[in-house]
Amino acid sequence: MSLWQKHAIFEKNSIILVIGILIVIAIGGLVEIVPLFYLKNTIEKVEGVRPYTPLELAGRNIYVREGCYLCHSQMIRPLRDEVERYGHYSLAAESMYDHPFQWGSKRTGPDLARVGGKYSDDWHRDHLRNPRSVVPGSVMPNYSWLEQNDLDYSHIAADMRVLAVEGTPYTPEMIADAQKDVVTQTTTDSPDAADLAKRYPKVNVRDFDGDPKRITEADALIAYLQMLGTEVDFKLYDDKANIR
Amino acid sequence: MANALAPQKQMTIGEGGLALAFVALALLSIVIAAKAFTPGYAFHAYLFTAASIAAVFAIINRYYDRPAERPPLTVDGKPNYNMGPVKFAAVASVFWGIAGFTVGLYIALELAFPHLNLDIPYITFGRLRPLHTSAVIFAFGGNALLATSFYVVQRTCRARLAGDLAPWFVVLGYNFFIIIAGTGYLLGITQSKEYAEPEWYSDLWLTIVWVTYFLVYLGTIMRRTEPHIYVANWFYLAFIITIAVLHLGNNPAIPVSIFSPKSYIVWSGVQDAMVQWWYGHNAVGFFLTAGFLAMMYYFIPKRAERPVYSYRLSIIHFWALIFLYIWAGPHHLHYTALPDWAQTLGMTFSIMLWMPSWGGMINGIMTLSGAWDKLRTDPVLRMMVVSVAFYGMSTFEGPMMSVKVVNSLSHYTDWTIGHVHSGALGWVGYISFGALYCLIPWLWNRQLYSLKLVNWHFWISTIGIVLYITSMWVSGILQGLMWRAYTSLGFLEYSFVETVEAMHPFYVIRALGGFLFLCGALIMAFNLWKTVMSTEEAVPATATLAPAE
Repeated sequence: MSLWQKHAIFEKNSIILVIGILIVIAIGGLVEIVPLFYLKNTIEKVEGVRPYTPLELAGRNIYVREGCYLCHSQMIRPLRDEVERYGHYSLAAESMYDHPFQWGSKRTGPDLARVGGKYSDDWHRDHLRNPRSVVPGSVMPNYSWLEQNDLDYSHIAADMRVLAVEGTPYTPEMIADAQKDVVTQTTTDSPDAADLAKRYPKVNVRDFDGDPKRITEADALIAYLQMLGTEVDFKLYDDKANIR
Repeated sequence: MANALAPQKQMTIGEGGLALAFVALALLSIVIAAKAFTPGYAFHAYLFTAASIAAVFAIINRYYDRPAERPPLTVDGKPNYNMGPVKFAAVASVFWGIAGFTVGLYIALELAFPHLNLDIPYITFGRLRPLHTSAVIFAFGGNALLATSFYVVQRTCRARLAGDLAPWFVVLGYNFFIIIAGTGYLLGITQSKEYAEPEWYSDLWLTIVWVTYFLVYLGTIMRRTEPHIYVANWFYLAFIITIAVLHLGNNPAIPVSIFSPKSYIVWSGVQDAMVQWWYGHNAVGFFLTAGFLAMMYYFIPKRAERPVYSYRLSIIHFWALIFLYIWAGPHHLHYTALPDWAQTLGMTFSIMLWMPSWGGMINGIMTLSGAWDKLRTDPVLRMMVVSVAFYGMSTFEGPMMSVKVVNSLSHYTDWTIGHVHSGALGWVGYISFGALYCLIPWLWNRQLYSLKLVNWHFWISTIGIVLYITSMWVSGILQGLMWRAYTSLGFLEYSFVETVEAMHPFYVIRALGGFLFLCGALIMAFNLWKTVMSTEEAVPATATLAPAE
């Protein structure tokens, strides 16, 4: 009986065929995915990466909602031109609190992994309202409704509670203060700013969208964009220590 | 009693149970709609309510209309095939195909002329793009797979489809999932995982539908009166099983509340990236490849009236393909923060994958041995063979792009988009069109209305595909080179927006290519419509084909 005839066992028994398929397709995924959860060198040891503030989290949800990741990556590769154009290459640690990740797969627009602090809030507001007013060749849609919509942050504490369950180090205090923290972060010269910065180091506290009377979706999105890639101080970061 | 001898008509457990389940779902949806956090989610809850009520009504109506006895498994010794769900899915496939191509054309134009976003949130590029990808992959491709798999499994097993309501639940439930997912994108309900954008409640619904699909499929195979399971069914089974595994692995999420559409994926950062592209690449590998190879293994031999070229090759390439594909995901993450060992594994297996892919291509094309002359006379067969040729081309291009140095140039550019479309328009599109041109006349027992129109469809859309992929090759490579260009003084030569501006002519050409492809599909829809509407039954003998021109 040749080996070829042995294949008949799969062709004549549907359950054996199903089991065979399951085993064969399981191997690759298990080998590639499971070690990422226990190999310690998967995520670099680095100072400064913190969970998003409630406002930044709300902004990130708007980023997801509008599908920004379809045209903007958040992953700088260690290639000379990318490092010169965008800044230090991205670390795995920098997205370790990202549920889900936003590395993207296409750059119809530029990478945003380190866009934080590169442009002013006013620039971002104008750019979101009408990208061609500041970048004439842009093909980005206008997002003029962001500064008109009031931000709905009534459930943001529930969002943080879910993320805490999933492993993000939000303390009960951070969750309890979530709504208050949104107001604090959007208030220029807020008296609670120092308190907020204790929980969320390096947090930007100011009115982001140019309208101090309201907390809009533009406030949240700009707050998110302005912190992207700014958490790690690369003057102190040791590349060599984390070669993997 | 007058009817003492006739069997008493009784509601089956399936009918009663499913009706009750839908009543419960309708009540739950009303509660959710009332307390939903966002209007979009309330809209979806109402859709669930309406669909559940419609389902209850349909089940009860069907109960009153049907005869007391279950349909027999055989009639006069021949299997009593259940083609109702197949017909529905075949028509749905044509409908969604045209919808998906149209949205694709529109977003192509948005990139060329951004004013077409019209400042309307629902139709911005970021929201329409997932609508386009889901509509063509899951709605057009998915319905083509449902239709052909339910047809092929019945014919090759010589058995009636398993289940009574279950096959209908699968096709209708799947299309309901498409509607929830698609309207969700427009409303901004997305979890932002590419090709897995639907939120937690759509994912749960799809899980139920998909498990039912698997059970119907496996149940039909178990009912077979043929001793062997035909090769097409191996591929369909691998597709159904693996998509279930991928869907469950990529989508575990905790909703913020049952009243909120928002959920957070349990994976994060680098692990989430790896899981996502394990899913994403194998959505290509199993949804868009294994499933459509199954189509190839049935419809090409049938149409060419030749046996499959090599049985042994089909065994080797089947197991090799499904084993190697699963590893290829990390090539989407070259040079990222994913550890190097995983990137290297992904690249190595992607290159190896070239061989089983071409095994499938050879088996498909060589099936025409002894029937090559039919390429001149039968445009439907020609379409399917060209489809396999596109498959061969994109499965060479894929391994090449997964080489890290090539990827450093191609990644993040339109080259990827071009590559995807040579596979999607050429391979998936053409094999599906070919299958529909075969299937619809067979299902309705009609002669295909016009082979000449098939010829027109073929040439118009082929020109469209060529324009599409060549423009994307040029724009992708051009942009990749511009990003890394340096002046003689050692500065980056181009600002980012200069590279965007350089893309404009290619985006216009791409949109023209997409327009031609859409025209071809509209010709097909017209042709199939006329076929179904014609009153002449098909001639049972082999039809004479149009002479070569």
